[in-house]
Amino acid sequence: MADNEVLHADHRLEYPYSRSTGPVIGAFLTGLLDGRLLGVEGSNGSVIVPPTEYDPITSEDTGEMVEVGPGGVVETWAFVAHPRPKHPLDRPFAWALIKLDGATTSLLHVVEVDSADGITTGDRVTVRFRLPGERIGAMSDIECFVPESGGEGR
Amino acid sequence: MTETAHEPVTTLATPIRLDFDFTPGVAQSRFLKGLAKATFMGQRCSVCGKVYVPSRGSCPTDGVPTTDDVELPNTGVVTTYCVVNVPFAGQSIEIPYICAQILLDGANISFMGLLQEIPTDQIRMGMRVEAVWVDEAELTPSLSSVRYFRPTGEPDAEYDTYKEYL
Repeated sequence: MADNEVLHADHRLEYPYSRSTGPVIGAFLTGLLDGRLLGVEGSNGSVIVPPTEYDPITSEDTGEMVEVGPGGVVETWAFVAHPRPKHPLDRPFAWALIKLDGATTSLLHVVEVDSADGITTGDRVTVRFRLPGERIGAMSDIECFVPESGGEGR
Repeated sequence: MTETAHEPVTTLATPIRLDFDFTPGVAQSRFLKGLAKATFMGQRCSVCGKVYVPSRGSCPTDGVPTTDDVELPNTGVVTTYCVVNVPFAGQSIEIPYICAQILLDGANISFMGLLQEIPTDQIRMGMRVEAVWVDEAELTPSLSSVRYFRPTGEPDAEYDTYKEYL
């Protein structure tokens, strides 16, 4: 430890919040444990994913849970060439709004693609869950979405 | 609607976390490295002569860099104190305990320290105290090198000698 050396130390500031999910988000997260994507019936035939307790447009109570996906369509996206440490993937990916089959709203998640040339609006993608033993009942139980064609043939 | 093999999810852990690479800078690094050698290192202002510990590298009154290093002794005076009786999350010391402002002999600013080896109803302003360091093998460049302060048993300091520092 030289006299002119400036010290460094890791310092972590953390607030360990625990949130109550409520019945609807709770059902959605329980579905993830089972490897299923659930939405909820909203007003006028809509299917809201992730589900909400109230329809965001009409404010009416939402109805039954319905299974959606596992595939869907990319509505818009943003490519991340250099992931940050807290990003969901440690390799290049795209954030994407994905309208799952059977849903009328879109879900924000990530698509595993290695370049911006590998994704475009309108692409078909499908969900990749973590292995059952690795799931914790959280959004991260969805590891990512992947191109339905396996990334080939475009 | 559907059967599930799992208990329904009712809570979700959502920690908010910030990871810092903290650096105390040149001046406070000198103080912290002193702690690793079981010494209190301060700095004297070349204009007003006041001794700051830990030094921030400049004099807040005169606005000049402090370059004159001063090794301070292990002893000082309790200028004021607080007896902590209230438990709180993350508390590492058994309550009740005494949190004291300690003015080291030769210093012109006090800092906060833990006071032990005295019942909480016997602490008083002006009490003479000394630092108790951790074992040599456990010394690190951090305030955890100071285990706590304890009374020396010397007569109390006169109020006039520390009233400026309250």
